[in-house]
Amino acid sequence: MDRIQGNIWDLLREKAVSNNLGSKDSAEKLSLLKREKVSKTVIYIGAGTCGLGAGVGKSLVKVKSYLEAKSIDAEIVEVGCIGLCAAEPIVDIQLPDHNRISFSKVTDDTVDALLDAVFNLELPEDIETLYQFPTAGNRSWEGVPNFSEHPYFAKQQRLVLRNCGTLNPVSIDEYIAIGGYQSYLKTINTHQPEQVCNMVEDSGLRGRGGGGFTTGTKWKFALNTPAEQKYLICNADEGDPGAFMDRAVIEGDPHRLIEGMMIAAFGIGATKGYVYIRAEYPLAIERLRIALDHAREYGLLGKNIFGSGINFDIKVKMGAGAFVCGEETALINSIEGKRGMPKPRPPFPAVKGLFGSPTIINNVETLSCLPVIIPDGVTTFNSIGTEKSKGTKVFALSGKVKLTGLVEVPMGTTIREVIFGIAGGVPNNKKFKSVQIGGPSGGCITEENLDIQVDYDSLLEIGAMMGSGGLVVMDEDTCMVDVAKFFMDFIQRESCGKCIPCREGTRRMLEILESITHKPVNGSQNEALERFKGITQLENLGKVIKDTSLCGLGQTAPNPVLSTLKWFREEYEEHIFDRKCNANVCTELRMFTIDVDKCTGCTICAKKCPTDAIIGSRKAPHFIVDDKCISCGNCFDVCKFDSIVIS
Amino acid sequence: MEAIKDIFNKYPEAGRDNLIPILQDIQNVEGFLSKESIVEVGSFLNMPSSKIFGVATFYNQFRFQPNGKNHIQVCRGTACHVLGSATVLQEMEKQLKVKAGETTRDGLFSIEVVACIGACGLAPVISVNGEFYAKVNAKSLAEIIETYKNKEDK
Repeated sequence: MDRIQGNIWDLLREKAVSNNLGSKDSAEKLSLLKREKVSKTVIYIGAGTCGLGAGVGKSLVKVKSYLEAKSIDAEIVEVGCIGLCAAEPIVDIQLPDHNRISFSKVTDDTVDALLDAVFNLELPEDIETLYQFPTAGNRSWEGVPNFSEHPYFAKQQRLVLRNCGTLNPVSIDEYIAIGGYQSYLKTINTHQPEQVCNMVEDSGLRGRGGGGFTTGTKWKFALNTPAEQKYLICNADEGDPGAFMDRAVIEGDPHRLIEGMMIAAFGIGATKGYVYIRAEYPLAIERLRIALDHAREYGLLGKNIFGSGINFDIKVKMGAGAFVCGEETALINSIEGKRGMPKPRPPFPAVKGLFGSPTIINNVETLSCLPVIIPDGVTTFNSIGTEKSKGTKVFALSGKVKLTGLVEVPMGTTIREVIFGIAGGVPNNKKFKSVQIGGPSGGCITEENLDIQVDYDSLLEIGAMMGSGGLVVMDEDTCMVDVAKFFMDFIQRESCGKCIPCREGTRRMLEILESITHKPVNGSQNEALERFKGITQLENLGKVIKDTSLCGLGQTAPNPVLSTLKWFREEYEEHIFDRKCNANVCTELRMFTIDVDKCTGCTICAKKCPTDAIIGSRKAPHFIVDDKCISCGNCFDVCKFDSIVIS
Repeated sequence: MEAIKDIFNKYPEAGRDNLIPILQDIQNVEGFLSKESIVEVGSFLNMPSSKIFGVATFYNQFRFQPNGKNHIQVCRGTACHVLGSATVLQEMEKQLKVKAGETTRDGLFSIEVVACIGACGLAPVISVNGEFYAKVNAKSLAEIIETYKNKEDK
């Protein structure tokens, strides 16, 4: 059954080619648009938020002035983030008849040397060459690994991130040239909505935003609820600190998300779509808006799409900075213009959601998987991953790890492989301690659990959760009590206040953690007793909050504490019984002494001490009065003779 | 108030679901939400001002005092925390002599703490007027503040 007459995709492709390269469509021109071949030099600038943060803006100015000064005709394309944040700013150069080649850390002062070398067909000496993209018929650069052989990318399997960092995100024509929107057209021409839901269910795709509910099953609820109006919402409120894959996908490949949303909307019968995106992502919002305008211009969005009788359009809604709005019902309230507080379920949003109509909410990564699943059939997707978790997962690696960035691997890959195999392990010869997964809702994975195959269920077993897939690596210099305190501070600020256990309980948990990491105020016995009770109270409170909160935020709020308590109980005990922080992070617990052999009596420490805790006369060794010392560390910072020792 | 009228004109047949976008637009133009503008929004949307305050105070994005000329956002995400953003914030408060959420007396700088900017690969990150600075430490922080001070002197 054809909903659309004629071969629309061919027409779209012809339009794409003629828009860019004149009227005629030919295989040669298509390969130009795909950038397999270039007629003049193209310089690709990695201009995602991370690239811009690393200073690619300055490099771009330098590139432009270089080209102008030497009157070289070249095209500059700003692409998204390829995922290797540690190597930013990344600049790629594609000379005619040559493979596209990437260079890392191209700052403004190295641009000239780089361009000089490359235009002379040489590799620069001081700049690290990353990899090249091999294309048939192009000359390859000698001694440069191919993209797929680069140690960071070799073990990855990029489905969602496939085009990020290589494709021009603001050109719909380039997306069409590489086969974009073909999946959607094929879907609506050859399938019924029920079939689409079945296929997604059979593919085993589960929500990538945290919960891990089977996407196809959720869709069926909405499909089978009769209603005049249904909604599709894309949840791009990536509030989880430490996760940035959604931002990267929208900045680098917004059309993939739009196509995924179009497929989902067809599957559930929605005619209106929203992208609820964080206001903290201005670049992603801008690129998404441009992409949506292009899609409308090409007739892919709007009323009666290509005469098929299908209506669908997408609106961008900016979030206003509330972590809880990542929760489905809170997000719906926020779109409706209310305080973003969760509602009891049932009724589930799939039955009664936005403005009382059936609403499906899917995460960016989930929706971006759809253009892969539908056209190839479910088996391709289904063959990747573990028994219960299919496909790939994007992890955002940050913290104490050599190569920070985005890594997309099949489900079931071990965390050891991701951190040590792909990202190069912990820098500065430090010892790995743990990795925090899933942000404030997740937990830690310790050395002994590094070899478990990561999927939704195996993580739950060890008290962690997939969450959105942020991995923050911690080394021996990180204090786990401090990390737990950090998360509790975050959660108690972000708790919406509806359920008392979450609102009050998280604050109490934070207070307990603070009293553990602070110096005793008056040293009374009652205070000491309270500290000792801390651990049991934390456990009890955590259980109550988990059991009695309404939404996902509250139910998972104690996780960071419970998980660190489970794996690092001895660190808590050290803080409580010995008043010691071995990582030297909890500054108030530090004890300072002066090494009398090294002290010259210069008096600088005594002058800088805010509480006059250091006494001693000039040119004679000083010493610290422990009762007065507030452990600020000023003396340690100012001493020129290393005579202050932390004990 | 003219600017607010222009914003209202962009939303014909506005309903409650336009409330947050309207507030965001007003803050974009005026820098913060004043009492007067909230009352205006109330009469435009036929909603009590108290409800609007209720919504606006719920979200971290909305401010009720003007910002400094240079608005500094300090990221306090997990990755930034592990790599020392607490020290960065402390240092910044020390150098500018104001606390987070406040504006310096000369109106040049204001500090805001944000949950996560999403540039975790470059932690610790701060953003000044939307421009990102990566891998900030006490020394580079002093340089950054200095550049913005110098810009003002010129």
